[in-house]
This record gives sequence, structure tokens and C-alpha cells, in this order.
Amino acid sequence: MTSQLEQNFMEMTSKMTKNEAQEEANRCLYCYDAPCITACPTSIPIPSFIKKIASSNMLGSAKTIMEANPIGASCARVCPTEELCEGACVLNSSTKPIKIGHLQRYATDWAMESDVELFKKGQPNGQKVAIVGAGPAGLSAARELSRFGYSVTIFEGEAKAGGLGNYGIVSFRLPNDVVDWEVAQVVKLGVDIKTNTTVGVDISAEEILAQYDSVILAVGMGAVPNLGIKGEELAGVHDAIEFVKHTKMGALTEDLVGKRVAVIGAGNTAIDGATCAVRLGAEQVDILYRRTEKEMTAYQFEYEFAKQDGVGFKWLTAPQQIIGDDAGKVVGLECVKMKLGEAGADGRQRPEVIKGSEFVIEVDAVIKAIGQTRFVSLIESFGLQHTNGVVDIDETTMQTSNDKVFACGDVVFGNGQGEAMVVTAAQQGKDAAYIIHERLRKPSEIA
Amino acid sequence: MADLRIDLAGIKSPNPFWLASAPPTNSGYQVQRAFEAGWGGAVWKTLGEPILNVSSRFAAVSYNGQRVAGFNNIELITDRPLEVNLQEILETKKRFPNHAIIASLMVEPKQEKWHEIVKKVEAVGVDGLELNFGCPHGMAERGMGAASGQVPELVEKQTYWAKEVARTPVIVKLTPNITDITVTAEAAVRGGADAVSMINTINSLAGVDLDSWNTVPHVGGKGAHGGYSGAAVKPIALNMVAECARNPFVNVPISGIGGISNWRDAAEFMLMGATGVQVCTAAMHHGFSIVEDMIDGLNNYLDEKGIASVMDIVGQSVQRYSNWGDLDLNYKIVAEINNEVCINCNKCHIACEDTAHQCIDLYTESGRPMLKVREQDCVGCNLCAIVCPVEGAISMVERMSTIAPMTWNERQSIISSFAR
Repeated sequence: MTSQLEQNFMEMTSKMTKNEAQEEANRCLYCYDAPCITACPTSIPIPSFIKKIASSNMLGSAKTIMEANPIGASCARVCPTEELCEGACVLNSSTKPIKIGHLQRYATDWAMESDVELFKKGQPNGQKVAIVGAGPAGLSAARELSRFGYSVTIFEGEAKAGGLGNYGIVSFRLPNDVVDWEVAQVVKLGVDIKTNTTVGVDISAEEILAQYDSVILAVGMGAVPNLGIKGEELAGVHDAIEFVKHTKMGALTEDLVGKRVAVIGAGNTAIDGATCAVRLGAEQVDILYRRTEKEMTAYQFEYEFAKQDGVGFKWLTAPQQIIGDDAGKVVGLECVKMKLGEAGADGRQRPEVIKGSEFVIEVDAVIKAIGQTRFVSLIESFGLQHTNGVVDIDETTMQTSNDKVFACGDVVFGNGQGEAMVVTAAQQGKDAAYIIHERLRKPSEIA
Repeated sequence: MADLRIDLAGIKSPNPFWLASAPPTNSGYQVQRAFEAGWGGAVWKTLGEPILNVSSRFAAVSYNGQRVAGFNNIELITDRPLEVNLQEILETKKRFPNHAIIASLMVEPKQEKWHEIVKKVEAVGVDGLELNFGCPHGMAERGMGAASGQVPELVEKQTYWAKEVARTPVIVKLTPNITDITVTAEAAVRGGADAVSMINTINSLAGVDLDSWNTVPHVGGKGAHGGYSGAAVKPIALNMVAECARNPFVNVPISGIGGISNWRDAAEFMLMGATGVQVCTAAMHHGFSIVEDMIDGLNNYLDEKGIASVMDIVGQSVQRYSNWGDLDLNYKIVAEINNEVCINCNKCHIACEDTAHQCIDLYTESGRPMLKVREQDCVGCNLCAIVCPVEGAISMVERMSTIAPMTWNERQSIISSFAR
């Protein structure tokens, strides 16, 4: 049984063969001023890396990708390419778009398998930078800073670096060895990653501010907030982020085999939670959303994927209370039907309860996926201004209210600021590094 | 159903598609399979004194993933005993009396050698002979093939010797490894050739292995030049056919050879003066069955054009092929871009900007990227239309000239009349 579960969590898409990759690479038109580059948040010179695959210059291809995107191997797998590069491919208008994501994976897989040195550490410049959080944004910033010659230390609370990649993105889309390789690339450049080191517990914000010339805050987001209904403490109620994390770390458990699972929320994390539940052997998995299909925030391809996995969707349904048995285990979920009313401040129609429409569904587990909380106390320990837990920054300089502290990644996403994509985090990490470096090179102009 | 039968200098075949003298026509087994598949004729793999071949003989050139864009071989003429070949020709002709079997021949440039072999092959009932003056590798080092085909006097003399005893039509196969193929074509005609065929393969080296630094192919670490064929050589062959077709001294039928891969190529060769075509590389790439579409496609083309017989298209484009000095200097075409069809890959822009005449502007109109040709700077070079990946996005359109047509030659003669 366990081996079947392990099978379920293996990477779904297989790697292109050399023939497939070359054929696809040769199909690329090599556009001038290509729209795929513009559509990529990290501006990977896509036609160049593809032509290098066609000419069998694999080192050049992998370098082109990783130069522009320090986590290019992860992004090859997790980017919503239909919304980005592939969506912009001019061939959408004539034949079919180039499989850019697959080609990017082909090239970066080559780099992983070949164990080549892609980049070198820069001449030490005597400057020290601390980065809080070893996720996509932090790793990208660290990689670039190290190449410029900075001494970089990353503080990471988890046991492993990689952040979302290693803990949050489902294994069947992004296996841990890909993330581990990207982390290793950064470590090879001399970046000191202090794992199991929580800022505020193992080292204080003040110490960091005192010891380093610049600080980059890249801590991402925290746990899923409470639903605020009865029964959340019951056994069988999970936080979607934690739930996915368990499938990524250590052995898979058989608790959900044959069980019924309800997932609350309809964003990409809800899809992750639901598809993980299916792959853990659950008999029936339903996503409950208080709005409709139209308002759901999950990407279209994620939605399609969930449907293919057999996940059910109950629209206009909100949880009222989680019902437990005498042993404190979840046995049911009381829901209520909703309808869409007037548009709220965010322009979206507000869901309203239909009185008297309460009903109970029998479930063995409930997975909460209604967004993520913010690391407010950590942000405040650095003395940074924030809005509802979203660090305030000057979007052009990435600078926070403390001019030696920069912030990037999900910690600055929200309230209409930024995009919560891995690839965006990677670019912000690069940007933060460039700004720090620019400031060093031209202190007089900035001062 | 159009009439696809051809008559090339008296050699008749049910359709214009012959297999060229090459590996596909090495044996009776192969030629009979080819005829079963639909080929109209076959030029038997060159007969002569049996030779020895080497192992590792072919190589091909891929271009952007397209395999066998060009093909290189260092195989020599038949390595089977003459008697065996003659027996198989006899059997094949008996089974397929209406198909054309032409014997390709290559012997030392001696009168008695030519007399001897011509008599032997005609005795088994071939429909014609093709003198191989073209094979560029191996045999040329022994004074045969291209070595004799590059010397007009030798072409004329050997053709004459063959004709002295031949009772069937004699085709002379010419080498392209020469500055002006019409010179040797004329020599063949002076020697009495009933037809000429072209081109044989072009001297080539397919490549160098970047790891071992050996040639491709190599024979135990050593290479020698081979002969190049396949789709890549078609334009070279088509020009040579056309140059001979418009030369009044080459007044014999032409059998067109060189990179013909489908019915379209065949029709082009025939429009440019070939009475029939010979195919090798395409068959080596895909097998004999490709002839099915060649026949079907050519037939449908002729039906669509309302042409009763394929012989009616032979040479129809020849009078349109001329010298540069006869081209109208005042004819004008310009590129026109249809932004509705354009997919904005901008390949036309960068090709024009970097490598042509800088006349395609990139701009934005209500947020949409657009391309426009500055007509006054467009020279009508066609580059943009060539690199454009989308049918119908770029058209080359004629612009009425305000001045009367005038060729370079006319211009020069007017200038010199003033000077007088």
C-alpha cells in the first residue's frame, strides 16, 4: 500500500526525450523581441535557451535559464506557463505554443544530472548581508549577492532550505531533489544557510540588524488562519499548508485511505490539499467554496487537474461547524448554502447565507485552505511598517521603512501589492540583490 | 486521369518516375519491388568491371531536426559480377515488359571496352543505356566517371564509341562538378547522345565528428570525398537542367536528376525541360512506396490544370529562364504586411533591419504591436516573406512602374548608341 502511495506522489510529468526536446526546440521561431521573454517575470531569454537545446549546447542552455532565474528548475515545473511564457508564444495564433516549461525542465535536468558548475562566487567585497528565509526569494537574492562578492548568511527556521519548494508545493509537481539541487547551487557559492534557526528565538532581529550591512526579509507567509467556527480543534482538521508539508517530509501515512475529505477554499492551495488527499487514498474529496466557479482563485489548469483527479466541487457552500464524535474525531461538517449578493469593496459579489439551508455532510477530515496568516510579530521585531501583515515597501527599491532592510517574496504580497508566484519571488529576490549592490556602488548618489 | 506516359528519346515508360542508378537499383529483387510499387523505370546500378566497396558508405546532413536534408555516399558502381546483373535484368524485363530498364555503364575510356559492354547489355533486352560520366568518387581516381566526364573531348569520344554499336537510345549522365555543364552536354550531343541526364552527385564531405575529429563517414579513421544528393541539391540540379534546356546546342531530351523528393519537384524539373525524372535519395529515405504520391499528386495536378498529358508540360517554363541582362530593371514589387494574419514574431523586422534594407517598422497601435513596410525604401528582395512563418502574412505585390520596361542589355546598347 505504501509503495502505491509513494507512486502517487512521484512527479507526474515525464521528462522530454532528447528527440522530443530537439524537435520542439527546432519548432521555436526564435522571435525578435519575443513576447515570451516579456511575459516571464524573470525575463529568461527563452528563444536563446531553446536554440541552444537545438544546437546541443546544453551547458549554455542551462546557464541561460539559471542566470536569469536562480530557481529555474523549480519554475520549469511550477510556473503557470499558460498564463506566462507559453500564453504569450506567438504560435498560439498559428499552430500551438512551444512547450517552454518542458524544454526548461529538459535543460535544467541536464544541469542537475551533469553536476556542472554554472556560476562562480565573486571577489569578496567585505559587505555582509543577512537574509531571513531560504525560500525562492531568499535563495535568489543570496545567489546574486554571492556572485557580486557579498558574504551572505540565510536564517531559516525549517530543517531544510527551499521554503515553499521543499515544504509547500506538492511532490508530484515538484520533487524535493529539484529544490535541493537549487539550494546546493547557492551553497556552492559560499552562502551560509543556517537552518533550524528561527529569528526571534535563536537569534534576535536586533542582533541581525547590528551585525549585517543589509538585511533582506523573505519569510513568505505563515499558517492557514482559523475558520472561526466550532470544532476546529478536532482530530482530523488540518491546515492545508501543514497537510501538504507532511506529504513532502518523511513517510506518507495511510490514515486517509478510503476516507471522505472536505477542503475549505478554492485557491491553488486548496487544490494542492485536495489532490494530496486523493493521492493519500481518500475515497471522496470535495472542495467547498462559498462563491462560484467564476470567482475561484485557483488557476484554470489547477482546476482542470483537480477535476481529473476526481475532486468534487460544491459551490456556494460555506462551513458552519465541524462535528466531532465522543473521541474528538471529525465525523461531519455542517454547511449552509450561499448566494451572491451585491459587489463588495473589492468588486467581487459578496456571498450571503441562505437562511434555513443548513445541511450536514459526513466527513472524516477537513482541510482548511482559506489563505495564509502573516508573520506579524517577526515583521514588527524588525520595526518595519506593514499593512495587515504585508510589509510596506517602495516598489522600485524594495526598501522597507528601515532603509537597510529590504523585503521580497510573499512577505510583500497582498493588499494589491505584487503577485504570489514562485517566479515573481525569484525576480524580487534578484531585484533586492541588485538594489543592494547598486547602493554599494553608488553610495553618494543614493545618499 | 491524365496520361502520365513519357517517351524519352524513344524510351517509353508508364510514368515519368524512374529510379536513378544507385543502391536502390542494385539487384533484380529491388527493381522488381520498385516496379510493383509503381515506379515507371529504373536505371540499373552502374555495370562495369566489378569493384570492391568499403564499409561505412553513407552519411546525411540534418538541418534543424530535418533528417536527410542532404545525403553523401562513397559507394562505387556495382560490386556484383556482370553475368549476375545481366541475368537479373533479363528476368526483370520479362516480368515487366512495359517498364523501362536502362543499363548504366562505366568502363575505361577505350573503344573496345565500350563496344564490349554495350553489346552485352543490349543482348539481354534493356530499353536504353546511360553512360555514367558523373560518379565523382573512387572511380574518378581511376580515370572513369567524373574524371572523364569533366573533359569534353572524352565525353564526346566515349559517347561516339558507345553509339557506334548501340541499337537502343544512349543517355549521357553528366557530372555537376564542372564550371559550365552545358560544355559537356554539348560534347555529348556532338558525340551522338540521344539524351542527357543530370545531375550526378556533387563532391562533398558530410561532416566532421566533433568528438573523434574523424570525417563523416570514415573508414577506419580515414575519409574521402563522396557525392552529395538529396533535397539540398535540388536548386543546383534544376539550374543545370534549365541551362541545358535553353541551350540550342543541347537539342536532345533531358532526364532530370537531383533532389527530387515529390511530385512537385518532378513537375518543376519537367517544366524546366526534363522529359522525365530520376529519384534516389528520397527512396532511400522512405522506401519505394513514395512513388504512389508522386504519381497521384502529378495526376491530380494535371487534371486540375486541365492538361491531358504530362508530356505537354515539358519545357513550358524554359523560355522564362534567361540571362540577368535580360531582366526588366523597372519592374517593381514591394512587401505588404497583413497585420490581421501576422503573429508578431518580428522575424521580418529583424531580418530586414539587420541584413537587408531597414524598411520594416515596428510600432504599437492601441496597445497592439504592428509592423509596416516603408514602401519607398523596400527593394522587393523577398527576405521578409521568406522568413515569415505564417502563410498570407506577407505578400509581395506588384507596383505599376511609371517608366517603361528596360533591361540592362537594352540600357547598355542605348548608351553605346549615344557614344557612337
